[in-house]
Amino acid sequence: MSRADVLVDADWAEAHLDDPKIVFVEVDEDVSAYDGGHIKGAVRLDWTKELQQPAVRDVIDRDDFSKLLSAKGIGNDDTVVLYGGNNNWFAAYAYWYFKLYGHQDVKLLDGGRKKWELDGRELVKDDAGRAATNYVAKDQDLSIRAYRDEVIASIGSKNLVDVRSPDEFSGKIKAPAHLPQEQSQKAGHVPTAINIPWSKAAADDGTFRSDEELAKLYGQEGFDDSKSTIAYCRIGERSSHTWFVLAELLGKNDVKNYDGSWVEYGSLIGAPVVKDV
Amino acid sequence: MCGAPVQGLSLEGIDVGKESIIQGTVSKAGSAVGGAYVRLLDGTGEFTAEVVTSATGAFRFFAAPGDWTLRTLAPGTSVDTAVTAVQGDVVETSVEVPA
Repeated sequence: MSRADVLVDADWAEAHLDDPKIVFVEVDEDVSAYDGGHIKGAVRLDWTKELQQPAVRDVIDRDDFSKLLSAKGIGNDDTVVLYGGNNNWFAAYAYWYFKLYGHQDVKLLDGGRKKWELDGRELVKDDAGRAATNYVAKDQDLSIRAYRDEVIASIGSKNLVDVRSPDEFSGKIKAPAHLPQEQSQKAGHVPTAINIPWSKAAADDGTFRSDEELAKLYGQEGFDDSKSTIAYCRIGERSSHTWFVLAELLGKNDVKNYDGSWVEYGSLIGAPVVKDV
Repeated sequence: MCGAPVQGLSLEGIDVGKESIIQGTVSKAGSAVGGAYVRLLDGTGEFTAEVVTSATGAFRFFAAPGDWTLRTLAPGTSVDTAVTAVQGDVVETSVEVPA
């Protein structure tokens, strides 16, 4: 696995817009962004309605994921290229999700929607019009998914990488600063977690930094290559971005995303929390 | 507190007294710039949040009291603007990007 296997740039994407075996998939925090214009041929995945169970806070199950991808016209042997706004947070989450259900060939569009827009590349409003498929998802690959008990058991032993902003890590604020701050959970972070904000891995235009810059970044911030790793954030999207960097770009061993993240952890009775401010 | 006049985006349903809001508009040669990217950097220059401006050029952050930098990205340009957020207040900021 290397950068070229998991990441494509905008020029590559533009050259492959009409390739029937490549499916562009937009996953945005702002699910309405697609309607205002999207990459030609792209289908939309709505993380609020399609990637979450309606009543339970969890990923949808294997059968529902199979049905969802079938309805979107995505085949098991298609190359899926994910992109989105917000520096690919939700696209990275979808990447992790596709890997969780065993999709073979998934890539991220470097820079996502932001770079595409800042470059002034074409966005269209046409429907993708892909024919339904018969997608069959695999069982969840739990080697990339961490649950709350594993996080608590990993205090002091694994790399716990808190990828939120420094103010969220310290407990000064409880949510990213574009969202209201009133939340039920406690503020702070998991004891022994190191704070390496996801944003350090990306340039202003949303593209990932080079492998050399990334390796240097995590080395400087106290990431221990000899340990297994769990990344978390608030709801599991920004940590997917860092999971992608660590597992897919840098090829670190045994990296899991804790998709429950702070919204779950910070609400647990008795779970240890460090608050700096 | 809550002394600032409410402008731009609606604050309906938001308890302004508990928030430290930074909001404003991005314009170019007097016209609103929609689809610009506004990044909120903390006092150390670290990225904290990013939003895309609305069709009317509007943006908003729920920050914490203190000093922040707004970094506005539009095609071909990047503009930094210093702002100070105050709890219970709505700080209105106008960002002008070069034409």
